[in-house]
Amino acid sequence: MEGGLSFLIFFLIFASFYSLSSLGLNLQWGFTGLFNVGIVGFFAIGAYTSAILTGPPYADTLFGGFGLWFPLGFVGAMVTSGVAAFIVGFVTLRLREDFLAISTFGIAVSIQLVALNFESLTRGPNGMYSLPRPLAGYFDSSTLDNLLYLIMCLLIIAGVYWAFERMVRSPWGRVLRSIRDDEIAAAALGKNVFAVRLQSFVVGSAVMGLAGALYANFIGFISPLDFIPIFTFQVFVMLIVGGSGNNLGALLGGLVVWGLWSGSDQLIASILPPTIQTQAAAARIVLIGFVLAVMLLYRPEGILRERRIVSREARLPNRE
Amino acid sequence: MIQFVADGIVNAALIALGAIGLSMTYNILRFANFAQGEILTIGAYFTLLVLGVLGFGIGAMGPVAFGWPLLASIVVAVGTTSIIVLIVDWLLFRQLRDKNASRITFIMAAFGVSLMGRNLITLVAGGEPKYFDFYIPKTFELLPGMKVRPDDLAIVAIAVIAFIILFAFMNRTSMGRQMRAVAENPTLARINGIDVRAVIRWTWIIGASLATIAGALLAHNTQLRPEMGFDMLLPMFAALILGGANNLYGTILGAIVVGLTEALAVYVGLSGYRAAVTFLVMIAFLMVRPQGILGEKE
Amino acid sequence: MPEPVLSIKNIEAGYTPSLPILRGVSLDVFEGEIVTILGPNGAGKSTLIKAIAGLVKISSGTVSLEGRDITGLATHELIRERVAYVPQSENVFARLSVEENLALGTLHNPTQHASQRRRVLDLFPDLEHLGHLAAGKLSGGQRQMVAVGRALMAAPKLLMVDEPSAGLSPKLAQVVFAQLVQVKQTGVTILMVEQNARAALQISDRGYVMAEGQEKVHGAAASLLENPEVGALYLGAKSRMARS
Ligand SMILES: Nc1ncnc2c1ncn2[C@@H]1O[C@H](COP(=O)(O)OP(=O)(O)O)[C@@H](O)[C@H]1O
Ligand SMILES: [Mg+2]
Repeated sequence: MEGGLSFLIFFLIFASFYSLSSLGLNLQWGFTGLFNVGIVGFFAIGAYTSAILTGPPYADTLFGGFGLWFPLGFVGAMVTSGVAAFIVGFVTLRLREDFLAISTFGIAVSIQLVALNFESLTRGPNGMYSLPRPLAGYFDSSTLDNLLYLIMCLLIIAGVYWAFERMVRSPWGRVLRSIRDDEIAAAALGKNVFAVRLQSFVVGSAVMGLAGALYANFIGFISPLDFIPIFTFQVFVMLIVGGSGNNLGALLGGLVVWGLWSGSDQLIASILPPTIQTQAAAARIVLIGFVLAVMLLYRPEGILRERRIVSREARLPNRE
Repeated sequence: MIQFVADGIVNAALIALGAIGLSMTYNILRFANFAQGEILTIGAYFTLLVLGVLGFGIGAMGPVAFGWPLLASIVVAVGTTSIIVLIVDWLLFRQLRDKNASRITFIMAAFGVSLMGRNLITLVAGGEPKYFDFYIPKTFELLPGMKVRPDDLAIVAIAVIAFIILFAFMNRTSMGRQMRAVAENPTLARINGIDVRAVIRWTWIIGASLATIAGALLAHNTQLRPEMGFDMLLPMFAALILGGANNLYGTILGAIVVGLTEALAVYVGLSGYRAAVTFLVMIAFLMVRPQGILGEKE
Repeated sequence: MPEPVLSIKNIEAGYTPSLPILRGVSLDVFEGEIVTILGPNGAGKSTLIKAIAGLVKISSGTVSLEGRDITGLATHELIRERVAYVPQSENVFARLSVEENLALGTLHNPTQHASQRRRVLDLFPDLEHLGHLAAGKLSGGQRQMVAVGRALMAAPKLLMVDEPSAGLSPKLAQVVFAQLVQVKQTGVTILMVEQNARAALQISDRGYVMAEGQEKVHGAAASLLENPEVGALYLGAKSRMARS
């Protein structure tokens, strides 16, 4: 029983990282129509930032190991991932939408390389270990420690959810959707399309960075191998399955897809001989890709459809 | 010092061969094909397969460490890779076109195909690196201070021949004209009786053919891994953007810039950051000239 | 009555299923005629031509060509039926040379390329020495010639032109209209959309006036010129344009 409960808590903590990232993507893609192919890059920036700010000093790094209080690590993670988003967004958001996709992909690739090679900052392939776990040690049971961490994650998600819901219902959110649905009309209404898109992109990426920080400080060890493109892909699938344009859908998608993912992990580990487990893992990715393709083709709106929050008054009649 | 130029040009030839397909899908199918890297990879694995079936090794041409067996295998692989790519288009992208899906949906689907492709290759061929054949690379001094391998010269020659054929096709044949017409204005193209479906098929075939050549030559030069093509994706995208996304000549020019930049990065000791340096150059370039070297404003 | 070259019966069509733009339009074009569709901005004139060309989905009604039903024909098949269409805007391939533009006109009759090219260059002698230039570099009037010229390369029996005089000076517009008369004299039937009602009707045999997705009046060109109802519709259009 204890084992089942601690597994559930562990599972939900991981689901939180994904759901939070999916929520960030929803602001960018679901509400603004901006596509981010480098989710894992922003997640990694957040993770490394928090590791550097809150982690211990290492003998072989030249910078970092500040051992700061964890909320500072989280804030720092949001700032650095937000700044990275600002730079790519500032350069590419005025251009054709593929350029943003390509540039975010570039961020993810570059961050991986920095993590791998900039050893005096990130310890390269050796990774950064012994990162402090916030809120640990209040109980003598690790399950209860984890429960406390989960509660913190849930509170953070609730906060972000609440903030996003307020944002998308505000006049700002109305502009966001009118841009997504009809950029020309929004521009004709005199909205500063560029600024609003940039704001949405930066905030969404900062939330992904926050998710990365939560991950790093929970696991206590990060290395470049943790930040591979499959993560980006998982978050897409989560948002599509959950229903893009719907914040609750984004959270639900995170939970459901992570459930299937880790469930199949367990299944593979328990029923298949170790010799073919690599293949099984590859087969699973192929399968998930198939699910994505089917969703894109037959139910692009996801499980939960977008709720029509706004009237369409922002649309212009008569466009040639 | 000028060694990096030699390395950069070989690099550029491979990037350009791969990036032509990217440029074509970008302009004709109108999305950034994140699965382009896997086309290189699949082409190279098919080449490996055919080499194994033939059983002659990779041959040799004088000082060049590959010969007709490799070239013949590439030709066969060009065919099989094109067929695979056409099947994927038929199963997925065609349906998205029929549904008038947004460009982002295409990008996402391509990203999914990329990941599936890589894992499918791992599943079928295994994840460990493979080699076409064992050979001892020879080098000679082409210019004072510039060592090249005969293989590299052959690779650049193959790329140049491929581009000459490509541009003759694009400028001199009816299908080439039709492809350029669809790239510019698909509606007007249809009004003129151009069957866009045929143009799309040719787009995939040309892109996949050049990508197969790139993948096979890259695998010959380095090693064949399921991630080989994916690692080329960012340099290829950078070539596309730097050169001017709506101009094929620009893509080649962009590839030269990227190839030289990466070789320079290696030369100054930043080999671990090759792709990141490319990315920074791309971002910097976008700031000053977003339409690329030869591109026109959209 | 002879069989019409083009016959449209009661079509409904629109860009989205929920919002029909054309609400029951009928129209006939007979061999050798110039027929002009008039009407205020937003009346659905371009949409009608696009529906014939298969660019807009027709939800009911029929389009027939010499008695054969071609409703819902794929756009790229149209030229095989020898129907050519010159859209209102972006009607040349700007990055292709003039010669390449013309060559794209004979995709389905490549053997006729030389003879058709001769015919087009005789009609538009100005294009003769511009052949190697990118069409995007030409002036508005020259582009219009390339667009019509490319359409004629297919040796069409029906030519549909959407606002050929749009954006041209009154003088150039007169030139374009005179050229369309010449085209007609070579045996091509013409269906034209125009805003420039008076000038267009002067070269037309018959006209249709559309408003709000419906055909309101039709008749011989001369009678339309004098019809007060047409004037009213047209003035209505002017004031509406002024407001928007
Ligand atoms: N691509 C389009 N998508 C949606 N609606 C359109 C489109 N093009 C035109 N419309 C609408 O269809 C109506 C008729 O337009 P159109 O046929 O272009 O008019 P006209 O050519 O008579 O000026 C207008 O209300 C216009 O807003
Ligand atoms: Mg019109």
